Amino acid sequence: MGTNKIGRDHSRFKQIVRGKIKKELRRYITQGELIGRQGNKAVSIPLPQIQLPKFRYGSKDKGGVGQGEGEEGDPLGKGQPQPGEGGEAGEAPGEHVLEVEIDLDELAEILGEELALPKIEPKGKKAISSEKDVYTGIHRQGPESLRHFKRTFKAALLREIASGTYDPDNPIVLPIREDKRYRSWKTQTTPEANAVILYMMDVSGSMGHEQKEMVRIESFWIDTWLRSQYKNIESRFIVHDAAAKEVDRHTFFHLRESGGTKISSAYEMCLRMINDEFPSDEWNIYPFHFSDGDNWGGDDTRHCIELLDKELLPKVNVFCYGQVKSAYGSGQFIKDLRGAFPETDERIILSSIASRDEIYDSIKDFLGKGK
Amino acid sequence: MAYELRRSLPRELAEAAERIEALAIDYGLDFFPICFEVLDGDELNEVAAYGGFPTRYPHWKWGMEYEQLAKSYEYGLGKIYELVINNDPVYAYLMRSNSLLDQKLVMAHVCGHADFFKHNLWFGHTNRKMMDQMANHGARIRRYAERHGHDTVEKFIDCCLSIENLIDIHSPFIRRRGEPKPEDEEPRTVTKLRSKEYMDRYVNPPEFMEEQQRRLDEEIAREKRFPVEPERDVMYFLLQHAPLERWQKDVLGMLREEAYYFAPQAMTKIMNEGWASFWHSRLMTEQILVDAEVIDYADLHAGTMASSRGQLNPYKLGIELFRNIEERWNKGQFGREWEECDNLEERRTWDKKLGLGREKIFQVRKIYNDVLFIDEFMTPEFCAEQKLFTFEYSRQASDYVIATREFEKVKEKLLDQLTNWGNPVIWIEDGNFENRGELYLKHRHDGVDLRLDWARDVIENLHTVWSRPIHLETLVEERARVLSYEGQKHSERSL
Repeated sequence: MGTNKIGRDHSRFKQIVRGKIKKELRRYITQGELIGRQGNKAVSIPLPQIQLPKFRYGSKDKGGVGQGEGEEGDPLGKGQPQPGEGGEAGEAPGEHVLEVEIDLDELAEILGEELALPKIEPKGKKAISSEKDVYTGIHRQGPESLRHFKRTFKAALLREIASGTYDPDNPIVLPIREDKRYRSWKTQTTPEANAVILYMMDVSGSMGHEQKEMVRIESFWIDTWLRSQYKNIESRFIVHDAAAKEVDRHTFFHLRESGGTKISSAYEMCLRMINDEFPSDEWNIYPFHFSDGDNWGGDDTRHCIELLDKELLPKVNVFCYGQVKSAYGSGQFIKDLRGAFPETDERIILSSIASRDEIYDSIKDFLGKGK
Repeated sequence: MAYELRRSLPRELAEAAERIEALAIDYGLDFFPICFEVLDGDELNEVAAYGGFPTRYPHWKWGMEYEQLAKSYEYGLGKIYELVINNDPVYAYLMRSNSLLDQKLVMAHVCGHADFFKHNLWFGHTNRKMMDQMANHGARIRRYAERHGHDTVEKFIDCCLSIENLIDIHSPFIRRRGEPKPEDEEPRTVTKLRSKEYMDRYVNPPEFMEEQQRRLDEEIAREKRFPVEPERDVMYFLLQHAPLERWQKDVLGMLREEAYYFAPQAMTKIMNEGWASFWHSRLMTEQILVDAEVIDYADLHAGTMASSRGQLNPYKLGIELFRNIEERWNKGQFGREWEECDNLEERRTWDKKLGLGREKIFQVRKIYNDVLFIDEFMTPEFCAEQKLFTFEYSRQASDYVIATREFEKVKEKLLDQLTNWGNPVIWIEDGNFENRGELYLKHRHDGVDLRLDWARDVIENLHTVWSRPIHLETLVEERARVLSYEGQKHSERSL
């Protein structure tokens, strides 16, 4: 049985990785390169290899010696030669990319730390998480009540044998202070409550590929964060142009319709969903709506505002509207909403996203209120 | 001990080990006792992450190694077959989940390594109690970490590791630094031979006297320099002269010791793997295999010998070259007569039945390292037979392409790669540059530029240790440049 000594070095390494990810978070967010690398619970992050710098040869112009068939000038094929430090024979130069797998929870934690996101406050009185202490390791310091008898005894025995004071005929082992081992613990927080994210997006002709990509990136991070805050989370997707319909995740990000835009259709559908499936006293509800800000006309906008004010906002934790900038949109909708809801209204968050670089701040807008 | 290094082998394996070792000894191999340990996959990954020394000092880089090993093991991309430690006794780790045939092959292979460790000259200076020494290092570093803070110690280890290739790998064999000369009161002058005045011009010719004077001046100037001779062992130099705290000196010293311990393995990778493969192949096919195992063995052996085109497999190159040497010396294909013979047919059938092959390969394993091995024994025939080529990066194809199969070029490239075990040659030229206590390093450019971003990082680390400005002279795109770092920012100037 090993003592799992590697555990410490491994977690130290992970800590360093975490630091790197944190430093590069803005880049990861704006480039959206993590999406698609997402598994069920973890996401794999490509990091430049964390290596101790040494005096080494620059790689590209170095070349090397190989073995096998082929004419002069034949390419060795992509991905060959294998990356390596380029030091020893048989190792050809190349760039090492480290694929680090990181739990979505941990990624959310990093996001939370970097963006200084507050923990979400539960809606109503229900606690959304419970705390539990888990014994995770052994320390040399600690309270006597947590002393690990067996480990302490072993350490004392080891010392006595090593120093030659152990007498098998009189096997009395007296632990001294250095021998004492204590259990150590970590407090783990497990979320308790359920939540639903209702994504709505305008898929009318004016929403181009880039606009949807921005929505996609943003929703990935929103998902990641909210997931870490709740025990169960459901996502539903509604697209709309002049009419709304429910679709699956893939369709949501890839569908392209032409035609006009009637935002109220989506809001109505969203409301129906809440009424039918997600009663607001049992669910924490997060509607997110993305559009380029074009709506059919003032009448519909007025209808939207009424729906929000009277029906939706009282039921949800917070309503988020993100407006991405497109070449065609007038961007009027967010202005209308700003007119209707003062900034002090905590039930609704408005954020405009002009380019990918602003996704970072927009996420902060949406999640920074701790709602 | 954490890993129960003495865990007894299952009977089956113990018997196999005993038999294989006895056979190896019959063939003339000679080694320290071998201690085989069976470990589970995860334990083996852990030990391997520590480079085979489970008691090593704490550092995140082992964690990174472990991450990579564990992942590739988990996804079935690779597993460790053999892990053998140069020590007395030799430690060799076996993976529990391997088949008996796998284990036998590994054992035979390990016998080869163990013999190589014991007899190859380049390993002569290595500490055969390294297992214990590493544990000592681990304990000391852990103690420093508790006393001075984990982050502080880790940061300093990072600095040391970043210069661990700046050692003088030949120094264990050469006396680099003479005894300090006793202080001499006498003024040093060029002495004239006694002669009559009229003969003086002939006995002490003025040109000669001038030359002598010049040499003496040079010597005196040189002795004033610091270091007197350019110093390849940068770690040693820093250890002696850098303003370090005691614990820092101790850490730097330990890591230098480890660097010297590992250097011979990098210097003899092709030979060592070749030798071990040569012997596992001999032992397995001539003695150990039973009929039912032949196919599986062939499969396994082929697996270890496989080479993808862009990559030279040291196992393959090594074993083939050893076999080639054995054959040539058996047939007498060496010496002047052979060299001068240019009748191809005669050369092809040349066999003097000398039977010197065995003796020769044992001699080769004793006194050569990879550079000498390739330099002396690689022949044009061998190069062609093994289908060796050089490759280069082609911007046009944005890929590596085969450059040439010409023998001279292939050999040159290979030797280039092996020289200084693949590391750029860099030394301390001046430890008191411009009389300001700044460190001036020089890089011998041999056709390939340094990787500059890393070079700058190393320079920063050197600065942490030396705590005065650092300069590095090198060539960047064929122009002589000096990279400097004085503690705040990097600068660069042409020479």
